[in-house]
Amino acid sequence: MTNLPATEHIEITYLIATALFILSLKWLSSPKTARRGVFAGEIGMLLAVVGTLLHHGIVEYKWILIALVLGSIIGVPLGEVAMTAVPQRTALSHAFGALCVTLVGTAEFYLRAPDVPPFMMAVLSMEVILGSLTFTGSLMAAGKLQEILPQRPITYKGQNFVNLGLLGVAIVVAGVLVAHPEKMQLFPLIVGIPLVFGVMMIIPIGGADMPTVISLLNSYAGLSAAAMGFVLQSKLLIIAGALDGASGFILSVNMSKAMNRSFSNVLFGAFGQEQAGTAAGAKEARSVRSATPEEAAGILAAANKVVIVPGYGMAVAQAQHKVRELFDGLTKRGIDVKFGIHPVAGRMPGHMNVLLAEADIPYDKLLDMDEINGDFAQTDVALVIGANDVTNPAARTDHSSPIFGMPILDVDKARTVMVIKRSMAAGFAGIDNPLYYLDKTLMLFGDAKNFVGSIVRELAGGHE
Amino acid sequence: MKLDLLTSLYVFMLAAFIGFEVIRRVSPLLHTPLMSLTNALDAIAVVGAIILAGEYHEHGALLAKILGTIAIVAATSNIVGGFLITDRMLRMFKASGPKKS
Repeated sequence: MTNLPATEHIEITYLIATALFILSLKWLSSPKTARRGVFAGEIGMLLAVVGTLLHHGIVEYKWILIALVLGSIIGVPLGEVAMTAVPQRTALSHAFGALCVTLVGTAEFYLRAPDVPPFMMAVLSMEVILGSLTFTGSLMAAGKLQEILPQRPITYKGQNFVNLGLLGVAIVVAGVLVAHPEKMQLFPLIVGIPLVFGVMMIIPIGGADMPTVISLLNSYAGLSAAAMGFVLQSKLLIIAGALDGASGFILSVNMSKAMNRSFSNVLFGAFGQEQAGTAAGAKEARSVRSATPEEAAGILAAANKVVIVPGYGMAVAQAQHKVRELFDGLTKRGIDVKFGIHPVAGRMPGHMNVLLAEADIPYDKLLDMDEINGDFAQTDVALVIGANDVTNPAARTDHSSPIFGMPILDVDKARTVMVIKRSMAAGFAGIDNPLYYLDKTLMLFGDAKNFVGSIVRELAGGHE
Repeated sequence: MKLDLLTSLYVFMLAAFIGFEVIRRVSPLLHTPLMSLTNALDAIAVVGAIILAGEYHEHGALLAKILGTIAIVAATSNIVGGFLITDRMLRMFKASGPKKS
């Protein structure tokens, strides 16, 4: 049996580490104290790792030290990736976390079998099932985000049936093992089937669903670590896993609410099933008004209050630094500029905030959907950059629209709306956006980075 | 200190409640750093991997060592990478207002 340490010293070290972990998350609540939170987490981690190394009945250090060094060597570049690559980095780290948990669980089974008590076998099964499906699922998500794999969702008939069937079989096998832990030859199935399930689960998922999926995988990774805590009888691990699981759960719920998906829809991993084209029936050629950078700059310069609504398209075009110049130019003229950010903008929760913060836009100008929506009625210009579905007023009014009920940014309430867009192509969900045909809307066709750059030049040229 | 099932469940339940209460208060502004930080903290699983790889086992020692070592590498990369990137992101968040650089 490899239970965690029996000495009291190490239990006290773990106790302190646990307190530091909770403080770490508590301090993350505000940008002012957040860095202190990271520091607390680091100290807690250091205490726990050093404590374990010193106090436990460890007989061989060589491989442990090699592994710690190797892990650090891999970890440093993973900590240095560009901010646009943070979603895939996060997915990759979920995969690593899940790999660790699955490997430890597998070894624990073979060390203990055949006499594993039923409860122990149940949590062990949960550990490896959640761990292995999170491992391959996260690798697939990372591949899609990095665009190594096709981002387009791939669906086929009976997909949910196949997926839930696979998961069902794994759970049944786990049930058999709980009753008969001596049937050791069954164990590879509860690792292997979830590995396949993880891949199948991500196949039908498209880019815009990634925020939900990453949060969900986050939650799974946390729960599998908590299950590992049950197996190893480690309070520290149970608590850290529960905190991570809770965090992923809260984010998943936020994301699913922001996309108007029911929670059971999220739990069963059946995202991206939305049937595009339901509302694409009426396709008469409606006219839009377009404008040049010169005209756009003129309208912005005459405004008092501007709200910029960025979407993932802004990040794709790498336009955030030009947007920052625009922000500076307008602020210098005494114009009040804020950013309205939809919870699912970007490829993971909070992604857009990080990208804009990197471009040096002060965080108190970055407002959440709920905070900004009341402001649009008093806004002179709403400038939409690379966002589409999250501004679609059909979500409020058109019962037949697939996105009906999804909370949106009320940009159509602003006096003038300007939308920077490459062309009139429909958004992710393949839904037409009535916003573009409003009389108050001006379409600014072009690449976001170039277009914003041109506006900035016009503003600077048309000196005070 | 041996934990029985019920104690473990109590610990889990209380930690989950604390997690909900603490994390609910995190501003949506910081949801990306939140995820990378919880990821780093979650890599405390390294403790289990270290014990697995380093402890004496009567049988299955080779398996424990191989799987344990790989698990340590995976978890350590999360600890190092997770803390690094979280701090990098948080350094970028600056308030506007009276010129403080």
